[in-house]
Amino acid sequence: MTLANSEAAGQPRVGLFATCLVDLFRPSVGFASAKLLQQAGCEVHVPVAQTCCGQPAYNTGDRADTREIAEQVIEAFEEFDFVVAPSGSCASMLKKHYPGLFKGDAKWEERAQRFSDKCHELISFLTDVMMVRDTGAALEAKVTYHDSCSGLRELGIKQQPRKLLGNVDGVKMHEMKDSDVCCGFGGTFCVKYSDVSNAIVTKKVDNIDASGAELLLAGDLGCLMNMAGKLKRQGSDVEVRHVAEVLAGMTSQPPIAGSGK
Amino acid sequence: MELTAKHFKANASKALVDAQLQKALGNVEKGFIGKRQKSVDALPEFDALRDSSRDIKNHVLEHLDLYLEEYEAKVTASGGIVHWAETAEDARRIVLAICKKANARTVTKGKSMITEEIALNDHLEANGIEPVETDLGEYIIQLRGEHPSHIIAPAVHLNKEQVESDFRRVHTHLPEGRDLSEPVSLLSEAREVLRQRYFAADVGITGANFLVAETGSSVIVTNEGNGDLTQTLGKVHVVVASIEKIVPTLEDTSQILRVLARSATGQDMSVYTTFSTGPKRHEDPDGPDEYHVVLLDNGRSEMIGTEYQDMLRCIRCGACMNHCPVYHVVGGHAYGSVYPGPMGAVLTPSLNGIEETGQLPNASTFCGRCEEVCPMRIPLPKMMRHWREREFERNLTPSVARYGLKFWAFFAKRPKLYRFAASFGIPILSVLGGSTRRFRSMPMAGGWTRYRDLPAPEGRTFQQQWAQRETLKQEAKQ
Repeated sequence: MTLANSEAAGQPRVGLFATCLVDLFRPSVGFASAKLLQQAGCEVHVPVAQTCCGQPAYNTGDRADTREIAEQVIEAFEEFDFVVAPSGSCASMLKKHYPGLFKGDAKWEERAQRFSDKCHELISFLTDVMMVRDTGAALEAKVTYHDSCSGLRELGIKQQPRKLLGNVDGVKMHEMKDSDVCCGFGGTFCVKYSDVSNAIVTKKVDNIDASGAELLLAGDLGCLMNMAGKLKRQGSDVEVRHVAEVLAGMTSQPPIAGSGK
Repeated sequence: MELTAKHFKANASKALVDAQLQKALGNVEKGFIGKRQKSVDALPEFDALRDSSRDIKNHVLEHLDLYLEEYEAKVTASGGIVHWAETAEDARRIVLAICKKANARTVTKGKSMITEEIALNDHLEANGIEPVETDLGEYIIQLRGEHPSHIIAPAVHLNKEQVESDFRRVHTHLPEGRDLSEPVSLLSEAREVLRQRYFAADVGITGANFLVAETGSSVIVTNEGNGDLTQTLGKVHVVVASIEKIVPTLEDTSQILRVLARSATGQDMSVYTTFSTGPKRHEDPDGPDEYHVVLLDNGRSEMIGTEYQDMLRCIRCGACMNHCPVYHVVGGHAYGSVYPGPMGAVLTPSLNGIEETGQLPNASTFCGRCEEVCPMRIPLPKMMRHWREREFERNLTPSVARYGLKFWAFFAKRPKLYRFAASFGIPILSVLGGSTRRFRSMPMAGGWTRYRDLPAPEGRTFQQQWAQRETLKQEAKQ
């Protein structure tokens, strides 16, 4: 369904795919996402039959389980005009990788494609589909932004968060060196190859520290937890948040790291 | 070289604490990335050239048999000889026979990854023929008894002090007090030493960046000119190349050349681009008396028609490794295979089987930077995932990962059970996180907490809180 159609019928109905990490570790990101979507004029629903997008299985090579999970997600979200996830990597899984799982399957191929067409990452949905320019938030902070790989390279998310952050009163952007280089999270990679992952995230936090920012933002909770965990371990004062929390003006929850060692 | 891909983790751990290596790897990041970007920015049609290069190679791979036949006919017509080698062993045998027939004692070699793949040097040495690498990087690692750690910059893992010490150790005929403190003096010395070797060589062996079907030419690109000397000074020139190096025409070659050096070193073109078509003709002032091409398959034709076919577009520019965050911290030798980095993580299992090499396609964060810079638009992460699938299907995935995943998937596929478990587990975990709201260590999560704190959950799950909020809203309405 196009936006115009759904608008004619009222507000676009958005299914919020909260992502497993947000659900389990950082509910405030879910609420911030819901608030941003509602502010943009959407009717927000959170289907209860959602767990995970299936990336851990997919990237471990377990196609059978991935497909079962994908079918479950498609069924749970099929009724909505849009499916929005506050994570580039999960959104890309739904949008870019689901259709391939059903290639050649008469029953599912088209269904998966229709589903894929209405999936979006939160920030790009706000800017590119709902045409949001200013979320009305304010925060006095020097911030830096990490471009999470899937969002950046699979969905082309680069300027969208920066534009919205640019209109948050008080936010000053301090771009870090290599903001578009992987933080070493990589899903199960970070535990399977923890030595290598550590070396990569060490470079990342060095760049974060060198940027002079006091608040690190990104759009993916996996990367955020990885960088936050490393910053914390190194005793850094840099605070870490999902960008949606700042854009929604919901920064009352303590940050993922920082403030109080 | 010995395949140690299954020891990737141990190799990587060693590399991570090797201070000299870490310093040298910094040069990969500093040098290659910026230069590539600069040369790409200066060429507005770069992406269009990538697309057409990809299309050219796809077309060739769809009709590879026809182009190979055409190529062979053209080589023969120009007086050269094409030898078909199905396996690495076949290729070694063929090259050795050519060298023996020429009564060769010394052969010079231009830089060639394919001869690394077939371990040609060891084979020649074992048969009493001395191979001399003439590419500066290859020459250095040959002195050290090492293998390339990068496909275009074989000695990128070394620093100039190491090279100086190797030169002093090996070049004992030169004055002890000579100044070798600068790269340029090292280069001059290598040039001096190698010059003598070119004249002594009976056979010159090169690889090929392209084989042109239209003309039967082999093409090499170098920055040092050593390839030209290798192939023109010996009596016999042997080209060793794999079958996917074919391009249809000279025009196609020139198109792909425009993306090759830019992707590799950020140059518009390599300093030398040399086309060889057959042996010396009557009117030619120089060139070899014999021109042989050894066409190697070594598993490649089996990739055609599979999900790995796209890998055969690779033009060996090394951009993927230059941009790979994993390569940046572990270097090329950690991969324990001839081809390192992302392209190696796809190609090595194709050549050596997934049983021994499963670590390589797993050792990637899937950040996608390799695919982003690949001039031939090879979907490297996707193909690494395919290898993981093959591994999983065949029960080769390490059991910890397999059972961990199955445990997770069991819950992920059962939303009610998942929510029930999470609604108890997460609040408990949150309380255990205490006032610091993080875990410094946690059973079963050592891979994470060895180096990072694990942020504690905020409290109840999002689903729990959302459901409660919705219920309150409903009640308020009533």
